Amino acid sequence: MQAMDTIDKIYTVTELNNRAKLMLEKEFGSIMLDGELSNFKKYSSGHCYFSLKDAGGQISGVMYRFKAERLLFTPKDGMKVRAKGTVTLYPVRGSYQILVDEMHEQGMGELQKKFEELKKRLEKEGLFDKLRKRPLPSLPQKIGVITSPTGAAIRDILTVLKRRFSNVHVLINPVRVQGAEAPGEIAAAIEDMNSHFPDIDVLIVGRGGGSLEDLWAFNEEIVARAIFASKIPVISAVGHEVDWMISDFTADVRAATPSVAAEIVLGRKEELVNSVDAAAKRVRNALNKSLSGISDRLDAALRRPYLREPSLFMSRFTQGFDIAFESFLTAKDRMFEGSSEKIRTLEGRLNILSPLSTLARGYAIAEKAGGAVIKTYEDADSGERINVRLGRGALACEVLETKPALSAGREKI
Amino acid sequence: MSEKKTVSKKDFEKDLKRLEDIVALLEKGDSPLDESIKLFEEGIEKAAEMKKNLEEAKRKIELISKKSGLFSTEKFHEEEF
Repeated sequence: MQAMDTIDKIYTVTELNNRAKLMLEKEFGSIMLDGELSNFKKYSSGHCYFSLKDAGGQISGVMYRFKAERLLFTPKDGMKVRAKGTVTLYPVRGSYQILVDEMHEQGMGELQKKFEELKKRLEKEGLFDKLRKRPLPSLPQKIGVITSPTGAAIRDILTVLKRRFSNVHVLINPVRVQGAEAPGEIAAAIEDMNSHFPDIDVLIVGRGGGSLEDLWAFNEEIVARAIFASKIPVISAVGHEVDWMISDFTADVRAATPSVAAEIVLGRKEELVNSVDAAAKRVRNALNKSLSGISDRLDAALRRPYLREPSLFMSRFTQGFDIAFESFLTAKDRMFEGSSEKIRTLEGRLNILSPLSTLARGYAIAEKAGGAVIKTYEDADSGERINVRLGRGALACEVLETKPALSAGREKI
Repeated sequence: MSEKKTVSKKDFEKDLKRLEDIVALLEKGDSPLDESIKLFEEGIEKAAEMKKNLEEAKRKIELISKKSGLFSTEKFHEEEF
């Protein structure tokens, strides 16, 4: 009793618990704790209660629903885990405990190992095959988006849409994008879009940025398989520029962020509008070119000297006539030249035949008074006067005697 | 509805191909004038029609909901962001 009197502060239980609670929270705040799970129990409220222990002791743990939803594994007794949380005291029971915000299977190395194994396996199976990747549709009019309806991804996509004034139809399939339920929901949504909305041109599957744990759903096999099986081309858009998710490898196109995915899809449509515009322009240009070709030819024709200066046109005929006439004259001259040559030849031949030339060689022709040539002695009578023509001049003679043979008589001169 | 869409998409690609062919023909420049003009008219008409198809789609944002296996869509209120 004596001892009790020396202490002036008397606590109520509540006061003590509250004081201890404050001290614990002040002393430890947020800590990381390694331990083994035991007595794990998930209540229908969604809150989880368990103990964390090691060889030397144990501590109670609580994980509230909205934190437990983000667990990437299904906790089981005996699992080695690392928990992040705050140390506190539950005054109702007077027991101290850890309020867990995050819990992972022991070591991040486990996740990395899982990722590498899955990647290797799916790659071997051909899920990442480049040849399998489909081109995005040429006319993306209806876009399916599988993401959280309240997350950053859909907001970013709609912002891009607004900025680009794109007239497209967007169908959002709301899913959870983190936590243990997320992979199944994402995979189911991809299947549902394919079976119930097959007229969707392209699917964007993704979420905004976050920690590796937050993004983990996109590294799950079930999501990869659903993407692989999708008939609609899929763009994987997980807001994490640096690391590639399994979904990035599997999708037809990988976008670094949801905004980029929207830009890709809308860009495709704008590209198409531009290419139609460009084609129309080329059609116009080509026709203009062929029309201007024709008009050039017309111009060139009109510029020709004959059409510009008719006298030049006439001069061509004048000149033509001159040339023709000139050649006619030449032809005529040559014709006459040819004739005189002929005449000279004929003359020569005539000269040869002419008796005059024979006479020139010493022969003579006797002619009766009438000019008839005396060829035999009987042609002339004795005493008849005849004319004897010589090479030069003539002799008037009187026939003395006619003789049948040359030796028998000679004309008397 | 979905059938019709698919056909029109296919038609669009066909139209695009035809437009490209027209451009090539005209640019080659060895068709006679009357034929060129015909091609020109067809090309311009096709381009206008295609642009109309492209711009035609209405901007619509919908949220899919699934209740006991049935799908329905409702307007998505983007302004809430």
